[in-house]
Amino acid sequence: MFPILESREIAKNVHLQRIHSPRIARKRKAGQFLILRRADNGERIPLTIVGSDPGEGSVTIIFQVVGKSTAEFARMKAGDSYLDVVGPLGLATHIEKFGTVVGIGGGIGTAPLLPIATSIKQGGNRLISIVGARTKDLLILEDDMRAISDEIVVTTDDGSYAKKGFVTTALQELIDRGEKIDLCIAIGPVPMMRAVAEVTRPHQIKTVVSLNPIMVDATGMCGACRVSVGGATKFVCVDGPEFDGHQVDFKELVMRNRAYLREEKTAMERFEHKDGKCMGSGTPAPVGGKS
Amino acid sequence: MADVTPKPRPKPFSIPRQPMPEQPPMVRVKNFKEVPYGLTPDLAILEATRCIQCKNPQCVPGCPVSVQIPEFIDLVAKGKFVEAARKIKETNALPAVCGRVCPQEEQCELPCVLGKKGEPVAIGRLERFVADFERVTGNVEIPQVASPTGKRVAVVGAGPAGLTVAGDLVQMGHDVTIFEALHKPGGVLMYGIPEFRLPKEIVQAEVEYIVKLGAKLECNAVIGKSITIDELLAEEGFDAVFIGTGAGLPYFMNIPGENLIGVYSANEYLTRANLMKAYAFPEADTPLTKSKHVAVVGGGNVAMDAARTAMRMGAEKVYVVYRRSKKEMPARIEEIHHAEEEGIEFHLLTNPVAFHGNDEAWVTEVECLKMELGEPDASGRRRPVPVKGSEFRLPVDTVIMSIGNGANPLVPSTTPGLNTNKWGNILADQETGKTSKKGVFAGGDIVIGAATVILAMGAGRKAAAAINEYLKTGAW
Ligand SMILES: Cc1cc2nc3c(=O)[nH]c(=O)nc-3n(C[C@H](O)[C@H](O)[C@H](O)COP(=O)(O)OP(=O)(O)OC[C@H]3O[C@@H](n4cnc5c(N)ncnc54)[C@H](O)[C@@H]3O)c2cc1C
Ligand SMILES: Cc1cc2nc3c(=O)[nH]c(=O)nc-3n(C[C@H](O)[C@H](O)[C@H](O)COP(=O)(O)OP(=O)(O)OC[C@H]3O[C@@H](n4cnc5c(N)ncnc54)[C@H](O)[C@@H]3O)c2cc1C
Ligand code: SF4
Ligand code: SF4
Ligand code: FES
Repeated sequence: MFPILESREIAKNVHLQRIHSPRIARKRKAGQFLILRRADNGERIPLTIVGSDPGEGSVTIIFQVVGKSTAEFARMKAGDSYLDVVGPLGLATHIEKFGTVVGIGGGIGTAPLLPIATSIKQGGNRLISIVGARTKDLLILEDDMRAISDEIVVTTDDGSYAKKGFVTTALQELIDRGEKIDLCIAIGPVPMMRAVAEVTRPHQIKTVVSLNPIMVDATGMCGACRVSVGGATKFVCVDGPEFDGHQVDFKELVMRNRAYLREEKTAMERFEHKDGKCMGSGTPAPVGGKS
Repeated sequence: MADVTPKPRPKPFSIPRQPMPEQPPMVRVKNFKEVPYGLTPDLAILEATRCIQCKNPQCVPGCPVSVQIPEFIDLVAKGKFVEAARKIKETNALPAVCGRVCPQEEQCELPCVLGKKGEPVAIGRLERFVADFERVTGNVEIPQVASPTGKRVAVVGAGPAGLTVAGDLVQMGHDVTIFEALHKPGGVLMYGIPEFRLPKEIVQAEVEYIVKLGAKLECNAVIGKSITIDELLAEEGFDAVFIGTGAGLPYFMNIPGENLIGVYSANEYLTRANLMKAYAFPEADTPLTKSKHVAVVGGGNVAMDAARTAMRMGAEKVYVVYRRSKKEMPARIEEIHHAEEEGIEFHLLTNPVAFHGNDEAWVTEVECLKMELGEPDASGRRRPVPVKGSEFRLPVDTVIMSIGNGANPLVPSTTPGLNTNKWGNILADQETGKTSKKGVFAGGDIVIGAATVILAMGAGRKAAAAINEYLKTGAW
């Protein structure tokens, strides 16, 4: 059993939890994720490890409620326990002295970006961050990102806070002002990551994206998480989750993530019905992105 | 202890092989319950009396772990079922499993003398019967373990190989911890082989037995990620490590359309159905596509399990697409027979060349080529060659790729000094399981490639003896 030490809502439908898991806390590196299972009939749900405290033996996750499992997770309070926590999984982010790195987080994607951006900064790079959300209520981790960045641009699609526009608008402005960018890391909904890759492609700026296909075991045993990268099939759980954004077949990823739409809807409706009241945001979450 | 009064032994060859009662096909395709009910005590005794107790039994060398077959069968014939189970357990720790899934027709039952004139003794069914009897009647005995040696062994993977090693080593007095990546122990017995062929309750009972013996079990520990082999040896204080991580890397054909939605590896399909209990969705959270028409590509046990699972998940039509003829199919005859009875259609001498999908990227058709058998290949089987112009399309909404599994690279890639062959299998000595790295042993599918439960257990048994020796002498 893995007890929850802290659980709170940090933005609309976005929850932060600190979970006791000493082995993972000691071992994990930026870019890695874990798998959680709430109870015996539960699904294995992959979530990025946002932070850890090896002293306390805890790891931090931040997740958005998008379906039944995440809705159940959101209800869990300090003192409750997860039945299974597995990790750290996936390859750690490759860190070196790149020069100037632009880190882009869209929506919930800012959560997985935070540990990566932190290591990039600690690795001696100049970090420019672009943090965006659809609207002010959904913006997360602005202060944390500000604290580690040499420069930060915050955007909202609807202009309800900070700069109005998409993260790609802000990225284009950086390029236009003549900023020499050595590496770009973009994490967010698939359409956002694809758009970023299209902005950087003509300028030949190396662009890393972090993918989130549907997973089952996350040890390379089942192949559920396969994506096409540069024409070759990769298993995201063991070969990723980070890949060259100019090589990823995003269209395929979006499609594959829709595989269980009908079943997910059934599960969610049943969950809400059993509950007697409606929960969840009412707005369907964008499919297939860490958003 | 006599459980049933024995009857006088009838004349040899006068009794036919006793059939095992089973669920009729039309009933069983609608449930996940075990297909055969097992022998009754009377049938078991009758079957056991068929054995002529050969002086030089041919059956024993046919068994990879040399179960004392005539001895245990004699005990069955005398109604001493519990004693019979213990006799088997002297050499085979998992009789309830092996009695069900061993390919007996090519192992212990193949050389049985009775098979020369008629049908061999049903050794597997008897083994299964006595193991079930022992378990169900609560007669499982926890043997006395040797006094603690103070030596610690880490076992990586809770499949048949790892469980055997753990069981043997705790009995020798060593302190054993099993590390398992998944949330449940059992390996393929748990996530791969379906409930209707091997009830999960039995697998868990076998694991509990090993835990009762004193082995510690830590699930959710992916070795290579959560902890490395070097850390187990250097930081966690283990004196030796056994790697039994299995053949858990699904092969695909690398043909167009293989990443369409609805195209699964057998590992994924079976894991969702078995380990994650997708058949109980939405009671269980993990979903599995409700398919109408399913093509299973391959001809082994895995393909039969996938096809029969798809049938039970409610498919209307299930096709097995295999590139050679039925004679070359690696699946057990009994499983092919069960599949046919359940209405599964076989497209033999047929090979997929592409998958086609709709606008939403769902698979809709398998494009196939007819094959004919040419010259024998390296495996001695006749090589299938395509027939020109024989393309045809099979309408489907689900495809399950069951063309084999390779070695999962997680452990080798994170263990410096651990050598593998060109397919990624760990190189280990056949007799001892010793690898290229001091203190590290390996066995089962990760060494020999996808094989059988009993071979994995046999390798585990040999490795346990070698580990014991190493812990005593320190000699490598
Ligand atoms: C490596 C990795 C890291 C991730 N990190 C984060 C994170 O830090 N924060 C966060 O909020 N989300 C993260 N996700 C996504 C998260 O796993 C899914 O949102 C979650 O599984 C949805 O489960 P559900 O039952 O609530 O929703 P469901 O009803 O199952 O699905 C809702 C939507 O989520 C997607 N989804 C379903 N199952 C999975 C699955 N097993 N894996 C991925 N997507 C799925 C589907 O596209 C679906 O449309 C990550 C995913 C991966 C693979
Ligand atoms: C669908 C199917 C049907 C089969 N039917 C039959 C049959 O009828 N008869 C028969 O004899 N054989 C059958 N087999 C083959 C048989 O199951 C295997 O040969 C046998 O299970 C191999 O045992 P093992 O212990 O080597 O590995 P496995 O059973 O594969 O167990 C390996 C274990 O190690 C764990 N693991 C892997 N990597 C790590 C890691 N890094 N850290 C920690 N743990 C890890 C895995 O999760 C797994 O639990 C079948 C196989 C399949 C897939
Ligand atoms: S372990 Fe398998 S091969 Fe050996 S006697 Fe039992 S059923 Fe036969
Ligand atoms: S070979 Fe057949 S008849 Fe002879 S001892 Fe073995 S099981 Fe009995
Ligand atoms: S999730 Fe199963 S192989 Fe990646």
